[in-house]
Amino acid sequence: MARAALPNRLTWQPATVAATRTETGTARTLVLAVAGWTGHVPGQHVDVRLTAPDGYTAYRSYSISSAPAPGLLEVTVQAVTGGEVSPYLVEVAEPGDQLEIRGPLGGWFIRRPADSRPALLVGGGSGVAPLMSMVRAATNPTRLLYSTRSPSDALFSADLASAEAAGGGRVAVTRVYTRAVPPGWPAAPRRLDADTLARVAWPREADAVAFVCGPTGFVETVADLLVDIGHDPANIRTERFGPTGG
Amino acid sequence: MAVISRGFGGRRRDDANLPPGQYRTDDFPVLSAGPTPRINLDTWELAVITEAGERSTWSWAEFTALPADQPTVDIHCVTHWSKFGTRWRGVAVDTLLADVESAADYVVAHSYGGYTTNMPLEDLLDGQAWVAYEFDGEPLTPVHGGPARLLVPHLYFWKSAKWLRALELRLDDEPGFWETAGYHNDGDPWREQRYQTD
Ligand SMILES: Cc1cc2nc3c(=O)[nH]c(=O)nc-3n(C[C@H](O)[C@H](O)[C@H](O)COP(=O)(O)OP(=O)(O)OC[C@H]3O[C@@H](n4cnc5c(N)ncnc54)[C@H](O)[C@@H]3O)c2cc1C
Repeated sequence: MARAALPNRLTWQPATVAATRTETGTARTLVLAVAGWTGHVPGQHVDVRLTAPDGYTAYRSYSISSAPAPGLLEVTVQAVTGGEVSPYLVEVAEPGDQLEIRGPLGGWFIRRPADSRPALLVGGGSGVAPLMSMVRAATNPTRLLYSTRSPSDALFSADLASAEAAGGGRVAVTRVYTRAVPPGWPAAPRRLDADTLARVAWPREADAVAFVCGPTGFVETVADLLVDIGHDPANIRTERFGPTGG
Repeated sequence: MAVISRGFGGRRRDDANLPPGQYRTDDFPVLSAGPTPRINLDTWELAVITEAGERSTWSWAEFTALPADQPTVDIHCVTHWSKFGTRWRGVAVDTLLADVESAADYVVAHSYGGYTTNMPLEDLLDGQAWVAYEFDGEPLTPVHGGPARLLVPHLYFWKSAKWLRALELRLDDEPGFWETAGYHNDGDPWREQRYQTD
């Protein structure tokens, strides 16, 4: 593996919530303004730190969902019931509020714009966040397979539609719904299976790279299926967000 | 100067067992860089390779016949979770190295699937590290590194290589997978050695 560039902004930096966008009933995108921020590589994340007035701090990792840009980045957070940090970011923080970030972090689950290989991006739930950054920055053929429980749980619906429209065929989005489908949808709700993956995945000769992100069970299943249908494990990169329950 | 986040209360956890920047979870999150490797116990092999290139190897039957310990330890992941009181069964690295002749100061752990991680040999000796094959009384599941993983609880958990295949003893230090991707070379959670510049 090539030696990754050393992240050089690893001190905590103040960030101001510049704007928020509601994505679903339980997920929100926060636009963060950070002085001196020079951008990121799609797929990277930041650590977000919150400090209470009494000095107590907590921090968690969040993928950057925006395209690389100076001075601004976006994170998209799914509220976890009973969570310490995510409900604050989804329900409480408002434009003008301050928090701290450090990053960009991560030198593995990234897609460099110069990488000309086609990419298969497979996201489950909020795991689509780093993939959205890859879609927004895509200059090379990119297929996104996005699995959510229902249409109302889907993040970035409008943004994905416009990325597809603007991409001139470079970006293709396929959706899978596991519990409820939109009206008129041609298939019943079902989990992502080998057939769907095989249909969307690039052929072996394409030398494609796959990025799989989502809850642990989802990532396990998808990565296994990709190996089953002939993908080289060395070309499958994974990021797992959630707990496993054992 | 700390930046206060308006409206954030947080939960105070006054827990002396929690290294800086960690939070406690009762769950067992999974983090790995790629698919879970498929490993056949019939062909599984664990090797210790010295700096002179000498190999000691164990088949699954030989390995699981070695004297085992049952450590109960706290584990700390660089992604900020810590899990207390995890129960394992495994062979102490001391046991694997008992008959090995080496002047090495460093080790690279090699995994099925190609992952590597490096550390000073002394971090693995004196009852500080195991090659574990049971968790909570059950065979270690593939997502958590089964059939066998390294267990080095006093370092961040990326050092506890899953799907362990070999321990390579070296005279020099050779950074592994995450260590060349920006993570700290040592990974001591109590000193919060997460990234290279920490
Ligand atoms: C590299 C990386 C990138 C990430 N990117 C994103 C992102 O873009 N968007 C996003 O929403 N999250 C992301 N996460 C997850 C995020 O870091 C937090 O784990 C999540 O927001 C929950 O934090 P919390 O403080 O609200 O919950 P906690 O207080 O940590 O946990 C409360 C309870 O929920 C469980 N729990 C913890 N995390 C999850 C989870 N993800 N799903 C379900 N249950 C959970 C815990 O075990 C606990 O029982 C990412 C994680 C990593 C490691």
